[in-house]
Amino acid sequence: MRKACLETVYELAKQDPRVFFIGSDLGAGTLEQFKREMPERFFMEGVSEATVIGVAAGLAMEGKIAYVNTIATFLTRRCFEQIVVDLCLHNANVRLIGNGGGLVYAPLGPTHLAIDDIAILRALPNMTIVAPADANEMRRFMLATLAHEGPIYIRLAKGGDPIVTSDQTPFEIGKAVPMREGADALIVTTGITLKPALDAAAALSQHGIDAAVLHCPTVKPLDVEALRQAASPVCAIVTIEEHTLMGGLGSAVAEVVAEAGFNPAKRFTRIGIPDVFPDQYGSQASLMRRYAITAEQLVSTVTSLLSGAMQATRS
Amino acid sequence: MSGSPTLITDTQPQTRSATRLDERSLALRRTIVRMMAAGSRGHLGSACSLVEILRVLYDEILRYDPQQPRWPLRDRCILSKGHGCLALYAILADKGFFPVEELDKFCHADGILGGHPEHGKVPGVEASTGSLGHGLAIGIGFALAAGHDRLGHRVFVIMSDGECNEGSVWEAALYASKHQLSRLTVLIDYNKQQSYGSTFEVCDLEPLADKWAAFGFAVEDVDGHSLSALRSVLTRMPLQSSKPSAIICHTIKGKGIPYAESNPEWHHKSKISDDEVQQLLAVLASPPGVSS
Repeated sequence: MRKACLETVYELAKQDPRVFFIGSDLGAGTLEQFKREMPERFFMEGVSEATVIGVAAGLAMEGKIAYVNTIATFLTRRCFEQIVVDLCLHNANVRLIGNGGGLVYAPLGPTHLAIDDIAILRALPNMTIVAPADANEMRRFMLATLAHEGPIYIRLAKGGDPIVTSDQTPFEIGKAVPMREGADALIVTTGITLKPALDAAAALSQHGIDAAVLHCPTVKPLDVEALRQAASPVCAIVTIEEHTLMGGLGSAVAEVVAEAGFNPAKRFTRIGIPDVFPDQYGSQASLMRRYAITAEQLVSTVTSLLSGAMQATRS
Repeated sequence: MSGSPTLITDTQPQTRSATRLDERSLALRRTIVRMMAAGSRGHLGSACSLVEILRVLYDEILRYDPQQPRWPLRDRCILSKGHGCLALYAILADKGFFPVEELDKFCHADGILGGHPEHGKVPGVEASTGSLGHGLAIGIGFALAAGHDRLGHRVFVIMSDGECNEGSVWEAALYASKHQLSRLTVLIDYNKQQSYGSTFEVCDLEPLADKWAAFGFAVEDVDGHSLSALRSVLTRMPLQSSKPSAIICHTIKGKGIPYAESNPEWHHKSKISDDEVQQLLAVLASPPGVSS
């Protein structure tokens, strides 16, 4: 996914002279071709996220489109005020490309786990947050970044993630993608948890449960209309995300569902990382299992919510 | 450091300025007080130390067109010490960037002039500032874009001494010198007072000129209230052809108002009374025989 993202930055730069790239001490050889062919628009700077964000804002205020890339935790936590003031307040055309969204850097420990990136950026006016599900969707999304007004945070997954989206599905920033229809339950997801969501829906159908899957690559602004529409017929809604339960996709969906005033009320559960710093290393997959961010957990949660709803109806 | 400093850096705070203010400097300060009266508040000391720096820049150095505040070839001037905005508003109004009536709506709900300057709201304000340590990096972005586009305009960033406590300033300084941004000039309003008290007490910056030189800037010290000294140095930008420049402007916080000079109580005033306003205007009145 990172490869698809950066390759598209190169392509965009080739076609549009407004595109600049700024990295903060990335790995050797990053975007070598970009650097070779367009050195005047390629900047590899020091470990100085605050300055990199400010410079990107300055470039954007002069009509450029700056793509900034470094590890997601450093890109969101260290320079948070620069993101607020320099990017969001100026509504600057800067694209933040965060490596290792979620639990990708499991072996490196809590300093590198971007499990709060969506929550902290979601509070910022003008900020758009996008977490594609696979490399193909990343490419379609990146092509749309050129025309977008305002800052975007782009959450990268590990790479080599299974391809679950279709090239036939057009990408539109701010639009949710209904991946599967269903009248019993709704699974809402973003990023790479689309795969377990689809697996769970397939497994549930084996049990006669018709679960819809709504993929929200754009977490902010959330596609409220699509969410309400998908939620309307179902009894139960479950969200799944590779992110803390505090303030991420699940919270955003909860806000919409709570305010929608559905009658009868929907059964609702969020699946994600609890309010802790992960206490194990291992791998992204092992931490996902530890916090039950899995298709199996989705199946049991949906089943349990529907069974509760049925009991309530009978009584 | 390039050339000889025009003023020896004193490691003790200056408390009173020897430089006499002319009528235009007094009038700009009266405009500052006019805004404080309208908003009942303001960073008086921080604005008064800036007046001559801004005056020389806008009267004699910067290229701009108040009728076309986004003119692409204009020089960019960022007030990174956004809390000094009363001085900036005074000069921008004087130059016709916006109607002078706005001055009387300082901090009002229906005004464009707030306690910190906002880009997009106030014509002539190049970047929204107010949180210290942001302006230099934005100015670097401006300078890089100008270089890329082969445009000749320059970038000036005005910072406070307290602002130089911020790590982001020094990150940005490394960045500017790496790219040899000679079109970029930093002006430091070195009034040697920050919010709590003296910079020597709160967070000593000395040797400040040496620090900027060590970070790759061509540096010069100047009396920040002397029009001729400011003019002399600012007409020689860049100080060196392949380096960004840093001008350390030795100033007096609250300059022009004897009881406010270097007095931390006048860093920021809220709930300023009518009597205090009248007293300030009296102090800043034109000398006899000069029409205001």
